Amino acid sequence: MTAIENAMAKIDIDPALFERAPFDAANAERTGYERYSYWRSTMRTFLKSPVSRFLLVLMLVLTLFSFIYPLLSSLDPNVVSLDLATWNQRPGKGHGIFGTDPLGRDIWARTWYGTRTSLTLAFVIAFFDVGIGMIAGALWGYVKKLDRIMTEIYNVLTNIPQTVFLVLLAYILRPGFWTIVLAMCATGWIGVARFVRNKVITLRDSEFNVASRCLGTPLKRIISMNILPHIVSLVIMQIALTVPYSIGAEVFLGFIGLGLPVKTVSLGNLINLGKNNFLLYPYQLAWPTLVLSAVTISFYIVGNKFADASDPRNHV
Amino acid sequence: MKAYIVKRFFESLLTVFFVVVAVFMLLRFMPTDGYFDRDDYTEMSEAARNAYLRTLGLTDNPLVQLGRFVVNLAQGDWGRSITVYPRTSISEILLEKIPYSLSFGLSAISISIVLGLLMGILMAQYKDGIVDGVGTAYVVLVRAIPSLIYLFLIQIWVTKLLGWPMLFNERNPVSWILPAISLALPNIAWYAIWLRRFMVDEENKDYIKFAVSKGVPRRTIMFKHVLRNAAVPLVQYLPSQILLTVGGSLIIESIYSIPGLGGLLVYAIRQQDNPLVQALVLIFSVLGIFGVFMGDVLMVLVDPRIKLGKAAKSGGHA
Repeated sequence: MTAIENAMAKIDIDPALFERAPFDAANAERTGYERYSYWRSTMRTFLKSPVSRFLLVLMLVLTLFSFIYPLLSSLDPNVVSLDLATWNQRPGKGHGIFGTDPLGRDIWARTWYGTRTSLTLAFVIAFFDVGIGMIAGALWGYVKKLDRIMTEIYNVLTNIPQTVFLVLLAYILRPGFWTIVLAMCATGWIGVARFVRNKVITLRDSEFNVASRCLGTPLKRIISMNILPHIVSLVIMQIALTVPYSIGAEVFLGFIGLGLPVKTVSLGNLINLGKNNFLLYPYQLAWPTLVLSAVTISFYIVGNKFADASDPRNHV
Repeated sequence: MKAYIVKRFFESLLTVFFVVVAVFMLLRFMPTDGYFDRDDYTEMSEAARNAYLRTLGLTDNPLVQLGRFVVNLAQGDWGRSITVYPRTSISEILLEKIPYSLSFGLSAISISIVLGLLMGILMAQYKDGIVDGVGTAYVVLVRAIPSLIYLFLIQIWVTKLLGWPMLFNERNPVSWILPAISLALPNIAWYAIWLRRFMVDEENKDYIKFAVSKGVPRRTIMFKHVLRNAAVPLVQYLPSQILLTVGGSLIIESIYSIPGLGGLLVYAIRQQDNPLVQALVLIFSVLGIFGVFMGDVLMVLVDPRIKLGKAAKSGGHA
C-alpha cells in the first residue's frame, strides 16, 4: 500500500473515484481560446487593409500572367526584324502594345518573358536561401558547439558590402542564371539562418512549449501548431522580399556588364537596353520599368504587410 | 571599455585577414588572359605568354603568391594595373581617386544623417498623417525599385529641369550637388524608417505616459526623452551604412563619370583588369568591416547600459 492509498483508506474515500485522465484532444483544446486559429487571424489582419488586398491581387495577376503569357501569345520575344520600318516603333502604332526596340523586337512580349525570367530567378534564389538558411539555422540553434563558428561566419559575411560580394562572384564565374543564384545565395542564407536560430532558441524553451509538453501534446501537434507558424510566415515573407532584391541585383549586374547574357530576355537586360536608348525612345525604358515597379513594389509591400500580420501580437 | 574595443579591433583585423585570403584565392581561379593587354595576347606566342606570366609570378603555388601579396601590401604595393592604366602602379591610381570618392561618400553620409533623422522625427511626430504617408511611400519606392532606374531618371530629369550639367565637372560646383544627394537617397530612407520605428516604440513606454500625465510639454518629451532613447539603437548602425553607400557609388560614379573608386571598379570589371579589381574589392570590403567596427565602438560610448567586457554584439542588421 502506498502512502496516498493509506491516507485515502483512513479518510474513507473510494479509490475507484480517482483514475488517471487519458490525453483527450477535444478537452485539451478547451483550455485555449476556443475559436482562435493562427492562420485565420493572420489572414484577417492582413486582408483588413484595402492596400494589402489590392497589392495582393496585383501581385498574383502579374505573376500568373507572366507565366501563362507564352501560352496565350505566339509572339517570339527574340525575333529580329530586318525591315527598318518596324524598328523603334512607338507604342500603339499597329506594332505592339509597348512598341518595338532597335531590332524590331516586340517590347510587350519581351516585358512579359523578362518578368517570367526574373521571377523564376527570384524564386530559385528564395528556395535556396530559405532551404539552406533553415537547415543551418536549426543546427545553429540546437548544437551549442556550432554557435561560435557560425557567429564568426555571420560576422564576416555581414561585415562586407553585399554589392562587393555580388560583383566579385559574378566577375569570377561566367555571367549567367546560376552565377546570379550563387552570388545572391552566398550571402542571403546567413540572414535566414540567423532568424531561424533566434526563433529556435526562443521557441525551444518558451513557456507555451513547456506547457504543451507537460500536457502531453503529441510532437506532431507541437510542431504544426507551436513551431511551424513562426517559420512558415518567415518563408513566405522571405520569398516575397527576394523578388525586389534579386531583380535589383540583376539590373545592377547588367549595368556593370556581369548580368544575364544579352540574349536572355530578362527585366535587367530590358532596363539596361532601354536606358541606353532613353533619350531618343523613352518608351523603351518606361514600359518595362512600369511593369517592373508594379512587380517589385507589390511583392515588397505584400511581404512586409504579411510579416506584420503574421506576428501574433498584431492579432486582436 | 578599452578591453572591449581592443578585442573588437582584433576581431575586425581577423575578418580583414579572412577576406584578403578569400578574395585573393578566388581571383586565382580567373583565366590568365585577364593579365594581358588585348593586343599583347594575340601578338605573343604561347612561350612568350608563359614567360610573361612567370615574370608576374602567376605560375607559382597560390599560397606562395598570397604570401608575396600580403608582404607587398604591407609595404603599400598593390601591384600594377594591366588593362585600365597599363603598367601603372595601383597605389598611385588609388591616391588619385580616393579624394573624389571620400568627399562624395562623406558628404552623402552627412546629408543622409541630417535629412534622414529629420524625416524620421517628423514621421514619428505626425504618425499616420500626411508626412508619415509621404515618407513611407518614399521609403518603399527607394527600397523596392532598383536603384539604377531612379538614379538614372533623376540624372536625366533633374539636370534638365534645373539646367544643371549632366556630368561631373570638377570646376563647376553645381555639378557636385546631384551626385552627392543621389548617393544619400537609400541611407535617408534607412535612417528615417528606423528612427521612426524606434521613436514610436519609445513613445508607447510607461515612463513617457507618466511624463505626459505629469504635464510635461510634448516638445520636451519628444526631444529630451523619446529622441534620445530612440537614437541609441540607431547609433550602432550609423557607420555601417557605409555598406549602402558603396553599392550606390558604383552606379553614381559611373553615370556621372566621377573619377572615383566606384566608377573605377565598374570600368576595371568591364576591362577585366584582375589586379585592379582585386585591390578595389579589398578596399571596399575593409571599409565595410571598418564601418561595423566603428558602430560597435560608438554603441559602447553612447549607451551606458552596455555591460563592458561581455560580448555586446548581439543584433544583426535589422
